[in-house]
Amino acid sequence: MSDLMIEVEGLTKNYGTFRAVDKVSFNVRRGEVLGFLGPNGAGKSTTMKILTCFLAPTAGRAVVAGHDVFDDSLQVRRRVGYLPEDTPIYRDMTVVEFLQFAAAMRGMERDKLEGRIKEIGQRCGLGDVAGKLVGELSKGYRQRVGLAQAMLHDPDILILDEPTSGLDPNQIVEIRSLIKEIGREKTVILSTHILPEVQATCSRVVIISGGKLVADGTPNELRARERGGRYRVVVESNGVPKDAIRDRLASLAGVARCEAISGEDGSHAFAIDAGGASDLRKPIFRAAVDNRWTLLELARESASLEDVFRNLTTGEEGKS
Amino acid sequence: MSPALVISRRELRTYFNSPVAYIVVTVFTIITGYLFFTQLFMEQQAELRGFFGSMPLLFMFLAPAITMRLLADEKASGTLELLITMPVRDWEVVVGKFLAAMGLLCAALGLTLVFAITVRTLGPLDRGPAIGGYVGLLLMGGAYVAIGVMCSAFTRNSIVSFIVAFAISFALFLFGHVVQFVPQKIQPLVAFLSISSHFENISRGVIDSRDVIYYLSVIGVSLLLATLSLESRRWR
Repeated sequence: MSDLMIEVEGLTKNYGTFRAVDKVSFNVRRGEVLGFLGPNGAGKSTTMKILTCFLAPTAGRAVVAGHDVFDDSLQVRRRVGYLPEDTPIYRDMTVVEFLQFAAAMRGMERDKLEGRIKEIGQRCGLGDVAGKLVGELSKGYRQRVGLAQAMLHDPDILILDEPTSGLDPNQIVEIRSLIKEIGREKTVILSTHILPEVQATCSRVVIISGGKLVADGTPNELRARERGGRYRVVVESNGVPKDAIRDRLASLAGVARCEAISGEDGSHAFAIDAGGASDLRKPIFRAAVDNRWTLLELARESASLEDVFRNLTTGEEGKS
Repeated sequence: MSPALVISRRELRTYFNSPVAYIVVTVFTIITGYLFFTQLFMEQQAELRGFFGSMPLLFMFLAPAITMRLLADEKASGTLELLITMPVRDWEVVVGKFLAAMGLLCAALGLTLVFAITVRTLGPLDRGPAIGGYVGLLLMGGAYVAIGVMCSAFTRNSIVSFIVAFAISFALFLFGHVVQFVPQKIQPLVAFLSISSHFENISRGVIDSRDVIYYLSVIGVSLLLATLSLESRRWR
């Protein structure tokens, strides 16, 4: 089998007259963790529902693990593990019963089944709740049951719709490292609108907005696109009025915007947006020396994925 | 094990893990028991005719009640998405649900065998009509249940599913009672569509292929429509 695990070409999905996904194309290779990024309602879930054969595309084509999602959907579904949004799981079953059901549906052999369920339960941290009813579990545990279910049959491809929603910070770290670990040999697509998650887990990012694909690349590639940067300056106040410092900073060459932000007592803090690509640290330092300000802090924050995301997705909305 | 059987096993477990199964079976047994034993004690007649005769009406409530949430609930709670993205064909989901409801129906009917045993101890049991009656009950019950599964596939609201299933069953039931009021030309058609008249034939102990075919077609068409309704998400 080739290395290409998922090929999506010109994928389009209409709900009535509403176009939820509009000619989206991308590929995913084996061993990649692809972050699927976009604002709410951008078409992330719809795309995932098509890849998992729940919905059929209006136009375009998607090939998963070498099989077309429409013509050969049973083969696709055998090779994919899917965690739907909001983790819908039968509430009247215990965790073990549910995993046994999922395994039986996947045609797993009975003798291998017990060991596998135990193993996956351990990996997802389900040991304590194995005998509890799913309906009694907290959101975080339900999410883990969903993940366990998706990984149960050791699929080549994992498709996870917001896998960390509803988890507490510790659980998020655990789940992320789990996904990273799986991503080494398998292929993972996960959707999220939490940007640090993408930086932490994904080797590639696809951003969609308004149903259209607006960016595709590694997190670093996307960050590099964003010019300029932000600076954070904190100056000791000792008698100098805030506005005077702000005006002076704003007048520096290359500063697009200077904004006073709340600092600690006895100091003034400013956020500066650079207009161009030039480094502003030197001019800011010079200005401080010339005016005899005591500089407490000066930091350059390189463009974050957040900036990229905001620029790409809000720009798109403005157009449509 | 085939996915359809896995689904029906899960569904049966759900029935018996919740009060649903017990309520249904109890109510069913009380009503049929009342009908049977009043006939036995008041009219001094040990026979199953009265019991069988009330079944077309009773099933009209029973079948929609046990089938209403089978698919509607899965749609409402979103579990259908998880179920259907497993490697299972749409018809296997429908058949699995149908078999589970039939399982519960059989459990309820199983208890009524007490009546047959009672008759047998009190006097000679007319075997033909008794066996025919139970075969007829299974076939007719299957038709009612299939209609219920179909209605459950149409909606995400269990109550709507119950009402629509009841209405369709009632219409089919009514056909048997309005035959003499419709124009002569369509009388055979209306008589053929009646869900209870076929049962009456079979419960006389005469198993005619026409009656069997009627029930099998109702089951087949209903389950087919349910499957198409599930599939419709892919071409809507």
